[in-house]
Amino acid sequence: MTNDRSVAASVGVPVPRKEGRDKVTGHAQYVDDIALPNMLYGATVRSRVPRGRTKKITFGAGIAWDEFVVVSAKDIPGKNIVALITDDQPCLADGVVNHPEEPILLLAHPDRHRLPMAVEAVLIEYEPLPAVFTMEESESHSQVIWGADNIFKAYLVEKGDIDGIWESADYIVEGEYRTGAQEQLYIENNGMVASFDAQQGITVWGSLQCPYYVHKALMTLCNLPADKVRVVQMETGGAFGGKEEYPSMIAAHAALLAIKSGRPVKIIYDRMEDMAATTKRHPSRTRHRTAVSKDGKILGGEIDFTIDGGAYSTLSSVVLSRGTIHAGGPYYWPNVRIRGKAVATSAPPHGAFRGFGAPQSLFALERHMDRIAKAVGLSSVEIRRRNFLKPGQTTTTEQTLHEPIDLDKLLDRALELSDYRAKRQRFAKENSIGATRKGMGIAAFLHGAGFTGSGERYLSSVVGVEGCADGSVRILVSSTEFGQGTKTVLCQIAAEALGLPYEQVGIAQADTSEVPNSGPTVASRTVMVVGKLVQSAALGIKQTLVGAGLLGKSYSPEEFRVACRNQVAAHGPFRSWAHYEAPNDVFWDDEKYRGEAYAAFAWAVYVAEVTIDLTTYSVSVDDFMALQEVGKVLHPVLARGQIAGGIAQGIGYTLYEKVIWQNGRMQNGQMTNYIMPTSSDLPPIRVFFEEIGNVHGAFGAKGIGELPMDGPAPAIVNAIEDALKMGFDSIPLLPEDIFEALTVDSEPPAGGGVR
Amino acid sequence: MSRPAGNHGPCELSLIVNGEPKTLRVYPMERLLDTLRYQLGLTGAKEGCGEGECGSCSVLVNGELVNSCLIPVLQARDADIVTIEGLAAGTRLNDLQEAFLQLGGAQCGICTPGMILAASHLLRKKPNPTMEDIREGLSGNLCRCTGYIQIFEAVAEAARRRATT
Repeated sequence: MTNDRSVAASVGVPVPRKEGRDKVTGHAQYVDDIALPNMLYGATVRSRVPRGRTKKITFGAGIAWDEFVVVSAKDIPGKNIVALITDDQPCLADGVVNHPEEPILLLAHPDRHRLPMAVEAVLIEYEPLPAVFTMEESESHSQVIWGADNIFKAYLVEKGDIDGIWESADYIVEGEYRTGAQEQLYIENNGMVASFDAQQGITVWGSLQCPYYVHKALMTLCNLPADKVRVVQMETGGAFGGKEEYPSMIAAHAALLAIKSGRPVKIIYDRMEDMAATTKRHPSRTRHRTAVSKDGKILGGEIDFTIDGGAYSTLSSVVLSRGTIHAGGPYYWPNVRIRGKAVATSAPPHGAFRGFGAPQSLFALERHMDRIAKAVGLSSVEIRRRNFLKPGQTTTTEQTLHEPIDLDKLLDRALELSDYRAKRQRFAKENSIGATRKGMGIAAFLHGAGFTGSGERYLSSVVGVEGCADGSVRILVSSTEFGQGTKTVLCQIAAEALGLPYEQVGIAQADTSEVPNSGPTVASRTVMVVGKLVQSAALGIKQTLVGAGLLGKSYSPEEFRVACRNQVAAHGPFRSWAHYEAPNDVFWDDEKYRGEAYAAFAWAVYVAEVTIDLTTYSVSVDDFMALQEVGKVLHPVLARGQIAGGIAQGIGYTLYEKVIWQNGRMQNGQMTNYIMPTSSDLPPIRVFFEEIGNVHGAFGAKGIGELPMDGPAPAIVNAIEDALKMGFDSIPLLPEDIFEALTVDSEPPAGGGVR
Repeated sequence: MSRPAGNHGPCELSLIVNGEPKTLRVYPMERLLDTLRYQLGLTGAKEGCGEGECGSCSVLVNGELVNSCLIPVLQARDADIVTIEGLAAGTRLNDLQEAFLQLGGAQCGICTPGMILAASHLLRKKPNPTMEDIREGLSGNLCRCTGYIQIFEAVAEAARRRATT
């Protein structure tokens, strides 16, 4: 693939981040750093009730309203929807509100200090309508708030004959598990700048993951053709899924104000607005009923997975899909029935967040495996070992496992790296005395890379690589950098494919007027799917130069540079395009939810070591060992950083981050009362990789971004059970929850049972 | 310059920013963060929370690490202020910047300016910090991307390089 006049490899080497220098010097340009001449600042007037009709809007006294630009639903030139999957969410509420903080009016003023008082001064009278705040209320249909039955989407996965299995079971183990909402808490709040010009149309610059999602939403909203809408991603200060769909809403708002005022408009949310109004991880409830043989083999099971989608459908159907498919984890289920359901409540829509449904259903499963182990009288290690998927077996969707993954070996190495056995023995002795209890917990799991099922086929991504006048090459993708290292890794792939040094490859800013739609930057798909396309587009550049007789089959970087320059000088800049083509042997049935759900899975075994202080009931994670198989590691520093960062978010999800709801509104929308881990709260996070490669990804890579979010919660809660000999089945698990369970006489926790 | 609500009229104020003396007309109660970003165009200091929790607006005022979103600019009168823009010597990166770049201390980059200034403050006070000193010294600066591990490693590496050169 590379030429024989060897250039140092790029793949597998910790090259410096493409945009790293700008980031460490403070020169990187984020959306709030933009200042355009004549720019106005925008703000949003939001619903203060969970559900109701808006009766009357009054612009209160004491505000110079003639200085403000005011936009309502009546000012929308196109359709009043935020186009995504189902057209149910308005850009501005028009007569009816369906959740607290729903946008109703927009204001803009040249002085940003004038906005907060003006927002307060808009008085809206509501006729309240009944609202729904829990999944159970939604399921009861006592109030129908969405569609005919409050259900955004339901899936049924069936394999084998589950109804015939219960008679032959030695044990039937049941459990119910819950997870709470989680705020993405990127340190950069959401924001957009928009500018409108009758000739050029609308341009927005923003903090976002998916330029073409915003592009589609603005075309629909503004009734403009594709070439009159331009979306530019600025440096983005963290996203984690939280800037997947909501940026379309903010871009729409900034665009409407820009169109009405004829001036550029900047909208930057403050922290409280961002936390209260934008998306969070879906709360979930999972019920397991599992038939197990006396030697601990799973004979079959029913899994009922329900997520709370909030008031509009947004991405809930897709989150549900991933959660449903991951519900069986890395185990072999000869018979299974999984019902997945996303229901409506009167809260702001829940949305994308790293892991995307999988952390929820995998928390349930990995807690349930420990419950099964107890019922059968096996260890946490042995119950997993006896049920691990093996190559040649099928997953719950009847995808045959072709990868040569050896989960037994992965587990063995994880136990060794965490010193699991020796530590457990020691803790068992030490736990009888003193005011602390220590324990070890395991989670084994998998995460599918890329879009689910036929998703990649529908996305049909396109990638370009350009030969430039200076003899370098430049990658053209809409895939965005927001910390994970997209720009760096894609440049490594192109450099490796062309046998060029990393420095000779650049990447364009994600600007829809310049880059093709390489799909959204989500679903752990960028390195595997987009990377593979970058590799093939890069090779197209070489073929052009070789075909033109400018380059031999073997060349030095300098010869490539000269050839590329000559080609551009003669014919102008030249580009090579690669289009996604689904492998022919991949089968997926959208109706029956059966087949090859993912082109590849990443696999992991995590082990947590915890101490519970019996005086304060606080839990500290003392050590976190994370072992994973992720295909080829293209950049060891970035990959390790991704895993460690995901684990930190997972520890927060488990032990610290609790969204307090009241009437559908988040009450603790500040960093002072919604607590994420600080540098003092986290254990050593020790990251290890196995690399067995992957035929579908560039140079053998799989996706890794979401994987680390799946394991911490069950590993930690399993460790807490190991320490306290008392199980907990819902997260977040705060000291007060442990205090209550240990001190208050109560039933055994959460609906679990064993026959 | 725009007038924050409930503020006194503008006044003249001198201060030193990244070694350069400046005289500005400011509202005395406006936040130092806004003066830096809006008047001086120094956008390296970021607003993450606006209430002193996240540390992404950290700057050094007379050598002390402060959250610039919490202090009125009046309090910085005649002060010597260092922002992230003042750390590199021309195009040459400061040793902490270099270590963050090499060892994965920066991911999305939004906390990075504040984090590097916090680290710089730490190393001035404790040139040979233990891991515990680093964890403690950076605990006022939140990072959602890294899990902090590679930030600790970058700070330790910068300290090591300083000790050996």
